[in-house]
Parts: sequence; structure tokens; C-alpha cells
Amino acid sequence: MTAPTTSRVHPQSLVDQALATTVADECVVIVRDNTSANLRWAGNTLTTNGVMHGVHVSVVSFVKQAGGVSTGSVSGSATTQAEVDVLVRAADAAARAADPAEDEAELVRDRVSPDWDDEPASTGIEVYDSVAPALGEAFGRARDGGRVLYGFVNHEVTTTYLGSSTGLRLRHVQPTGHFACTGKTADLSQSAWFGTATRDFTDVDPLAAEQTLAQRLAWGERRVELDAGRYDTILPPSAVADLMIDAYWYAGARDAFEGQSVYSRRPTGTRIGERIVDPRVRLRSDPAYAGLECAPFTVAAASGNDDSVFDNGLELTATDWIRSGELTALRQTRHTATMTGQPATGSVDNLVLEVDGASGSIDDLVAGTERGLLLTCLWYIREVDPQTLLLTGLTRDGVYLVEGGEITGAVNNFRWNESPVDLLRRFSHASATVPSFSREWGDDYFSRTATPALRVPDFNMSSVSPAQ
Amino acid sequence: MPDLDPTFTALPYRRLGAVALGRATELGATHADFRFERIRHQQLVVRDEVLQTAMDADEVGFAVRVVHRGAWGFASGVVLTDDEARRVAETAIAVATVAAEMTTSPVELAPEPTYADVTWVSSYDVDPFEVATGEKAALLVDWTRRLRTGAAVDHAVAVVGQLKENKYYADTSGTVVTQQRIGLDPHAEAMGAGADTFDSMRTLAAPSARGWEHMTGASHDWDADLDEIPELLAEKLKAPPVVAGSYDLVIHPSNLWLTIHESIGHATELDRALGYEANYAGTSFATYDKLGTLQYGAPIMNVTGDRTTEHGCATIGYDDEGVQTQSWDIVKDGVLVGYQLDRSMGHMKPELNGGRSNGCAYADSPGHVPIQRMANVSLQPAPDGPGTEELIGRVEDGLYVVGDKSWSIDMQRYNFQFTGQRFYRIKDGELAGQVRDAAYQATTTEFWGAMEAVGGPQTYELGGAANCGKAQPGQGAWVSHGCPTSLFRGIRILNTTQEAGR
Repeated sequence: MTAPTTSRVHPQSLVDQALATTVADECVVIVRDNTSANLRWAGNTLTTNGVMHGVHVSVVSFVKQAGGVSTGSVSGSATTQAEVDVLVRAADAAARAADPAEDEAELVRDRVSPDWDDEPASTGIEVYDSVAPALGEAFGRARDGGRVLYGFVNHEVTTTYLGSSTGLRLRHVQPTGHFACTGKTADLSQSAWFGTATRDFTDVDPLAAEQTLAQRLAWGERRVELDAGRYDTILPPSAVADLMIDAYWYAGARDAFEGQSVYSRRPTGTRIGERIVDPRVRLRSDPAYAGLECAPFTVAAASGNDDSVFDNGLELTATDWIRSGELTALRQTRHTATMTGQPATGSVDNLVLEVDGASGSIDDLVAGTERGLLLTCLWYIREVDPQTLLLTGLTRDGVYLVEGGEITGAVNNFRWNESPVDLLRRFSHASATVPSFSREWGDDYFSRTATPALRVPDFNMSSVSPAQ
Repeated sequence: MPDLDPTFTALPYRRLGAVALGRATELGATHADFRFERIRHQQLVVRDEVLQTAMDADEVGFAVRVVHRGAWGFASGVVLTDDEARRVAETAIAVATVAAEMTTSPVELAPEPTYADVTWVSSYDVDPFEVATGEKAALLVDWTRRLRTGAAVDHAVAVVGQLKENKYYADTSGTVVTQQRIGLDPHAEAMGAGADTFDSMRTLAAPSARGWEHMTGASHDWDADLDEIPELLAEKLKAPPVVAGSYDLVIHPSNLWLTIHESIGHATELDRALGYEANYAGTSFATYDKLGTLQYGAPIMNVTGDRTTEHGCATIGYDDEGVQTQSWDIVKDGVLVGYQLDRSMGHMKPELNGGRSNGCAYADSPGHVPIQRMANVSLQPAPDGPGTEELIGRVEDGLYVVGDKSWSIDMQRYNFQFTGQRFYRIKDGELAGQVRDAAYQATTTEFWGAMEAVGGPQTYELGGAANCGKAQPGQGAWVSHGCPTSLFRGIRILNTTQEAGR
């Protein structure tokens, strides 16, 4: 993180102003200061770029009424006291006009971050001071080697200030970044991809990435056409991250309790306590996980199926979602925790899959495979059937044939239909867990994952995709 | 035409724009544009007669985009002061300076006439932000109550997203545009369970660039939809599973719009065809060398692009590069004849639109750079074409598909798979009840080549999406797709339970 590059905004005074202005019984104020810088390229040249600054203020007002507490949630861009006043008046009015909320719970009280008084952290175009020249050099190397690069780097720093009339003064700095690059042969007939998450770009090496892409494109010199069918398939950590994020997102307690997800025990109840996957599997989140650190408290600008404004400031701790193959928790608010008779286990912004006893790398999985497929990443993943959490999607940017423990060529792409819950039941081998970056969801939604590579003996490739 | 919102026109965009463009020019920009936006959103969610989410979210800010040393530079800010406007202009120049080192093809823009201080407001009756939240929530509460009167319905959800977008655009050619548009994105859904199954059924209304009147019967028969759904869900829960195989499909516009969106709309975005999206949204099989020769589908296939259709979700007066919006052919008599363009691509391919952009630049927020986004891409009906019943009557053994649900397509827009709200069996030209667990899977040109008939104007409806995603950083967009009910021969149908290995 670097020195501020933007006109100064004082989030703490915006919070204080809102709490002094509200006429509601209680009030929660969330200020998010976001700076970001990005570079995008295609055809070995830069295409778009940007340096952005946003300040987003959410005000949640709480009003005691006959029969309960009603709430009003209003958010907007605001950098001045006058702009915050407008939001507070609107939130107060919305709360007064609303019916009592179903998720009423006591507000969290008196938690203070030691760094509350610190200014927002920020980023700017200078975060790429060493990456940008290396990128320029990578474009040149690619051009000389008959390859074409397409990609994107993004770095964001969001500083969240959460204050309340009940004594909350919580601050969290979240750096989020990634480097991703697609390489193609000059005739565009072969495609490869490399992607990695980063917090600060000190660990990103565009020239090494270019070399990786060159190696993968070279694997494609032998092209093998295969039909649809079930294949012994090695999913790299990126693809496993894609699938686990879906398994996590669809793990809301309310939908499960009300009979609408793979985690439901119908007519009313959840599968918590049931062994749903291989007993070696552990799926968990931990705000303190090294390298994947994320907010250790709940921030909710509005209530919903999986969020409650009453839970703002609630401590988030290490949570096992699946342990020893058994479903142990679902994402839930204190409201749904009451419905389900479980502890309140709120959503955490990272996800870790571990397989007990697994060691080695994806290379070891390849070396141990007699005949199978090695994937690069997955794409356009959508839910087909919530009953089994059946997902559909494509393979993308490199499907490789493994024969006798070695990569012997590149195969066409496939459309697949699979359930992540089922895959965790059927996999035969796993590597050690490593930091990973989801191709499908990492850019905009969920970039903090650590996952192993998994080998699945009968992955369902439903049809061939001619896409290259 | 409704008036511009006075709370928007009171904002200091003219002054900030003059400061920013002045500073960019001083620093040597060969082109500069200034875009100031206020975007209002409200999301209301009712679950089982209880208002669960009521979220108002506004975004106000501005952006400066320059061409400097042959490269783009983009920066944005939210502090509405002259100093900040100047600083953002300086940042855009600084970013262009960094970018110039890595830009091997200099940026050039297609020319566009200058529009000196023009105003455009979309067509609507009732501004949804002028309707009390309580009144709006009460309507959704009533919808879930009505759905839950059905014996098969365990839970019901009703949702409406509302958008009011105000934009001010000014550039160094002297164009100044102020615009306002409204969007409504409503649906309601009923959930229920059978003996060993659970499922859902959703209303068929599409998002629309209409006002609150879209919710109260002006453009969709909500009463019919809400009355039918509980029974339709009950029937679906008891329906037999589909037998996988090859079927003739009659597809209703409430499903076909999404297939058009994915397999034609995205495939004919020229930035995709040129590879700009290769690392993210993907490329296109409809590459530029195939213009004028690619047989996209059957000769009865005619597809247009436009940003001018009344109530279209991509409709606007001027795009985010100051280009007046237009309509044009994309597929003519089954052959690829056009693409969607912005100004730099309009310059690059002068043969497409006389050297002019066709007005497809859009940014979803003041903090995002405009890129080429989708126009309303629509399949034209046959002027005296058949009705839906007649199309069903032509099928001996097939399925009638209504409503969209799951969707997925590959990165070159070949292989797709869609499900629906309901699949009806067609036997000897008659509907013969619903089947469950069906998905159709095809390759774009084979699918459109298998289109035997398009319905007449009486079957034409405008579908659409409020969640179209593209670009890095990711941007959303609203878009509409019109189409008639149409008939396709010999399409592969999967049973999704079998696909899950059960």
C-alpha cells in the first residue's frame, strides 16, 4: 500500500456525523473507502486502464415499534457531512415507515479496533512500478515467440469503518489483487492461462508467467480429439476453487432449512451432522488464515437471506463447514441460527479446502496417472439443479492428455455437468493445499482461496465444445 | 417526455466538466471526455410475506478519459470539487503516460457529429423512486401471499430491482449530453416439494425500461401469472422425467431471448471477435473474416441490433462516447452482416458503418471505463408468420419451452446448455403436460440452422436481463432481446438427473 493519491476524506468524521445526526433509536454506519488501479491488455498491447477512488457510506437505522424493531438501509457515494446527512435522513425515514424486522436481535456493543483513528489505506498506478516494465518485456518475448498475450492486473484497497450508536468502532483494511494472463498461439488455435491472487504485487513475475504460458502452448503441439464421456480427470487448484466457491455460496442456512438446497433434510431441517463427502475432507474459513486474511467481523449494509443488519460487528472466527466429511456448519445469521438451532456462523470472505493425509503437488498427481485429462480452469459455471447442486460449465484454455504419467498433448474442450458435493465424495487423489485463484469468481467476487488439486476417476464431460 | 430530475441537475457537473476538460487540454490530451453520473438503485425482496431486504444505494461520481501520446488514460473520483476535477484529469494523463509505453497500436476514434447541449429522457409514466417504499413492499407482500395460497407452494419470494440512471457527458469536440433513464426488474417465484423432489416456478415478466407501471399491469399480466404459478408448480412436481434424446422444440420468447443473448448478442460484439475479452468473457466464433459469408442460421433468420427500441433495456439517446444511437442489421437472411461497435472499433473497421460507431459504448458506473456493451439484439418475426398454437401444431413429437432458468455457453459462443421454467411435451401437435429435468444443449450455428419457422408479430415479446456481465474490472448492464415464438427441429435434450449420475 502506498501514500494517498486522492483528495482526503475523513471516514471517522463521517461516521461520527451520521451517529450525531440520526434520530433513530440506534444506528450503524459503514464507510468504505476504495482505491484501485488496473491495466488490461490484448494482442500484446495495452487496451484499457484506470485509477479509481470511491467512498461509499451505508446507514442502517433501527426504530423500536410496537411488535419489534424496524430498520432502514440506505447507501450512497458520500464524502461530505451534507451528503451523509441526506443518507441518515433517508435511513431514519425508511426505518420509521417499515414493519418490524424478522431478523431482530440485540445489536453488538462496544468493540473497538486499535487502529480506528488511522487514515484509509490506498493504492495507485505506482503499485505496478516493477510489474509494468516487465509486462512490456513479456509482450515483446511473446511477439518474438509467435504468441499473443491477453490479460489483466487489478489492485484494490478497501478500508472499512464500521461505527454504531452501541459503541462499535471497527476498522479493516482489505487489499485484493490478481494477475491473470491468457496466451494464444499466433494462429489462435491453442490457448493457455495463468492466474494468481496477490495482496501487493511484490510476488508477481510477468516474465515467469509468460514462460509458463509458452510451455503450456508447446504441450499443444500434439492435438488429440476426444469424444464426450467420463474421464479420469485432474482438476488443478484453480478449478477446485471455482467449484468449492459454489459449494460455499449455496450453503446458506435459510435455503437449506426451508428445503431448497443440497444441504436440506426435507421437509424442514439441514444435513448438519450428516457425513456428506469423503471422510478426509475439511472445508473451512478463517479470517486469520496466512495470506488470505479478511475481515474478522460481519459487515451487512442490508438484510437478506444470508445477512442481517443486526449482526454488524459480530466477530467472525475460524469456522469448519465440513470436517471429517461431515457437514458441520452453514452460513448463517443469528436469525437463521435460531431457526436451525445452530450457532451463528456468518459468512467469511475466504475459503480453504484440505484433504487429510494429502501431500505433494499437481505434478505428482500427473505422474501417478496412467491415462487421463489435466484441466487448466473452468468457465461459465451455473447451477442446473439445486437438489444435487448439479453445475454445468466448460473447460477452458488448456485440456491436456496424460499418458503414462506424462503430458502428451492437448485435447479439445468439453461441457461438463457435475456437482461439487458429489466430486468431494468421488475423488481418488488429492495434492497438498496451496493458494489458488478461481478463474470464474476470483476477479470480482471471491479471490481468497487455498485448495488442493483433485483427481476424479469419472468426471462427466457431457459434450465437446469446439471453442479454442 | 418526463423531465430531468431537478436533484440531478442541481449537481455541479457542468463546472467540474469544464475544469477537467480544460486541465486535460492544457496537459496536451488529443481527446478528452468527462462523464458525471448519478445512479440510483433500490432492491426490495419479500420472502413469505415479510419484507426481507429494502436497500437504497446511490452512486455519484465522475470520470475523465483522455487519449494522450496515442494511449488511453482513465481516472475517476467522487469528491465534487474543482480541485478534485483537476486532479482526476491529471491522473488520467499520468495513467496514459504509463500506458503509452505498453501501447503498440495508437488509439484513434471514429468521427461523430457534435451535439451541443442535447437532452434525452427515456419513456416511462411513473418514476419508481417517487413511489413510497411501503407501497411497493405491500405489492410484493401481496404477490407472495397469493402464491402461497397454492397447496404445492411451501415458500414464495418476490423481488424488484429499480434503476434510475442520470448521466452528463461532455467532450473536447463540444458535445454535451444530459440523459435520464429508468429500469424495472421484477420477478416472483414459488418453491415446493414433492415426494422425493423439490422445485420452483417463476413469473415470466422481463426487466423493462418502464416505470412503476410495469408492476401494476401496464405491460405484463401479473394476475394471470400469479394465479397460474401454484398449479403449474404442482404439475411440475408430479411431472414425469424427460427421456433424453433428440426433440423438436417450440421455444417461447420468455426462454428464447436468453439463447439469443448468449449465442448471437455476445458473439457479435466486435471487441470479443477481435480478442479484447480473450482473458475474461471470451472471444467469438464469428470472427471478422467471416463477415458477409458466415451462415449463422436458416435463411428465415433476421437479427437486428438497436439502442432505440422504446422500453428496451439497452436503449439510450447517446452512448458513453457521445454517439447518437442507431439500429442496424446483424444477421440478414441467415448470414452474418454486422457487429456492435464503439468509436475506436468504428475507426478500425470503416466498412461496417461508414466509418462511424453504432453507439454501443457503455460504462455501468462513473468509476468504470466505457467499453463496447450489448445493444438490444432481437430476432425479427415473419410479417405474416404463424402463431404459437400453429407452431405447436406442426410438431409430432417434441417439447414446448417456456421461461428461462439455467444458462451456460463456452468462451467462443459455440456450445450452450439451457434449462427453462417449464417444458411441455408435444404429441401429435398438442400439448401433453409438463416433463421435468430437461435441458437443451446445442452448438450455435447448428441450432439456428435447425430453425424451421419464426412466429408472426403476434408472438413477439421483449425479454431481457439486468445482470449481463463483461470486462475487467467487471461491469454489469441491462439489455433487452425481442423475438417471436420459433420452431427448431432435432435438438439434443438431456435429463439433468441422469447428468448428475443419479
